[in-house]
Amino acid sequence: MTTVADLMDYAEVLERFDPVLGLEVHVELSTNTKMFCGCANLFGGEPNTHVCPTCLGLPGSLPVVNGKAVESAIRIGLALNCEIAEWCRFARKNYFYPDMPKNFQTSQYDEPIAFDGYLDVVLDDGEVVRVDIERAHMEEDTGKSLHVGGATGRIHGAEHSLLDYNRAGVPLIEIVTKPVVGMGERAPEVARAYVAALRDLLRAMDVSDVRMDQGSLRCDANVSLMPKGASEFGTRTETKNVNSLRSVERAVRYEMSRQAALLTAGGTVKQETRHFQEADGSTAAGRTKETAEDYRYFPEPDLVPIAPTREWVEQLRATLPELPWERRKRIQQEWNLTDEELRDLVNTGAADLVAATVDAGAEPGEARSWWVQYLTQQANTREVELSDLPITPAQVARVIELVKSGELTNKLAREVVQGVLAGEGEPDEVVEKRGLKVVSDDSALITAVDEALAAQPDIADKIRGGKVQAAGAIVGAVMKATKGAADAKRVRELILERVGA
Amino acid sequence: MSNISRDEVAHLAKLARLAVTEKELDVFAGQLDQILDSVAKVGEVAADDIPPTSHAVPLTNVFRADEVRPSLSQEESLAGAPAAEEGRFRVPRILGEEQ
Repeated sequence: MTTVADLMDYAEVLERFDPVLGLEVHVELSTNTKMFCGCANLFGGEPNTHVCPTCLGLPGSLPVVNGKAVESAIRIGLALNCEIAEWCRFARKNYFYPDMPKNFQTSQYDEPIAFDGYLDVVLDDGEVVRVDIERAHMEEDTGKSLHVGGATGRIHGAEHSLLDYNRAGVPLIEIVTKPVVGMGERAPEVARAYVAALRDLLRAMDVSDVRMDQGSLRCDANVSLMPKGASEFGTRTETKNVNSLRSVERAVRYEMSRQAALLTAGGTVKQETRHFQEADGSTAAGRTKETAEDYRYFPEPDLVPIAPTREWVEQLRATLPELPWERRKRIQQEWNLTDEELRDLVNTGAADLVAATVDAGAEPGEARSWWVQYLTQQANTREVELSDLPITPAQVARVIELVKSGELTNKLAREVVQGVLAGEGEPDEVVEKRGLKVVSDDSALITAVDEALAAQPDIADKIRGGKVQAAGAIVGAVMKATKGAADAKRVRELILERVGA
Repeated sequence: MSNISRDEVAHLAKLARLAVTEKELDVFAGQLDQILDSVAKVGEVAADDIPPTSHAVPLTNVFRADEVRPSLSQEESLAGAPAAEEGRFRVPRILGEEQ
């Protein structure tokens, strides 16, 4: 089945062709219930236990729209600078495929709830690219298929399939860009940065948990090439199964190289759906894309139109939180950061985490240092995104507070953070369990100081003789003896006291 | 006058997964023509100030509160299924039945 495609060297692709991108992002809303029925909207669960006659498409059942999902759709539209339709309807998208038990998906066709917007996307070097949004519409998610039999466990060669409809009917917003042109070499990076910006935006709005690994944020990447100087778009492919930000970038780059090799060899690009293969970063052919007419869309007769009044739209606009780009601008000013420092914050994915840590009471410099340095290292070691580390901004803020109040040294603080990351509980619990409190009881410290002075009488003499800087060696010895659990400043004071200097 | 061809009827039948005989293709092509012509008559009386009507009731914005209601049990869900396996609906091989 798998044949290795010819790939053109990336530099040569760019000499000959201009890439054109179109990105479709599906976002599962984190409402309590599904789009058209009151079944719980939860990830996973025992198969077919979050279903009812409506989402199973049983005869006689009728859908009712989830008002909260419409609110989220309008808010997303507004955050993406879209127009909000004065009047729009749902439509039936008809197809026979067992992932939709109704034999149609309730979606929107020519009347999306939001249209004509844009999202400004910041690239790694700080350059801002405006990606135009064609539309954002409401629809419902499909069920999950498990293909049984066959060599690969994939649909090809499967003997039969098993369907779980827990996800069928989960509210979905599909966000479609206008063609993104003129990006040249940076097209793959723009694709990744766009999805990242969208993810950050949706997370800040708290409308979805935006987990690409769990499929609550999914990206289909449309890629086509046109020869340099041409004005007409080439035939596009649509790559699905792109489950991480890194994969978005790889998939676009791979398709550019594959299509370029094909076109240059005199071949033609087939309009088709392709599947991204995480293992080697390639794409493989899926089904041939049908034309839009084949879905025989028509207005959904079981649902009345949605006509958001302008008052309602403005009320919803007022509920928009501080958006990621506004927050960045603010923190740069408030924390007095250079463009470069801000970019580091953004590129490590730390900006929002630092801001949340500051909101939880920490000093900006300390919060930034923890996230950009120590915790970024921890995330890299574990090969996870910074935001996926099992520690919250509130917990980091608490650790910073404990250091500030002198209850922890920086060294002990890192141990506490390790404990939190290891799932040992809140910072205070870790301090308790691991016995990490700074030794502030002077009597214990005095014993340690006296022992250290007795062990190095020559140094004790020097200090007595006025060479106060020699105390450093004794401080070091005491810190070693207390395994770092002493406050160095207090140790120094005690040494000077004890030698009577 | 609309003019639905046999090929178009065959295409629609395929999309709707209907087995249509050669003879029926001719019959349905003629009948669909008639239906379309009848519907087109509406266009003769509908002026520009009359919006297209898809719903007979003058309602908009009928929403439900986002409150969870009980779902079916797995047993109930699968009760009407011709075949089930591992708590899931079992369906015949999908490939060939392209989406």
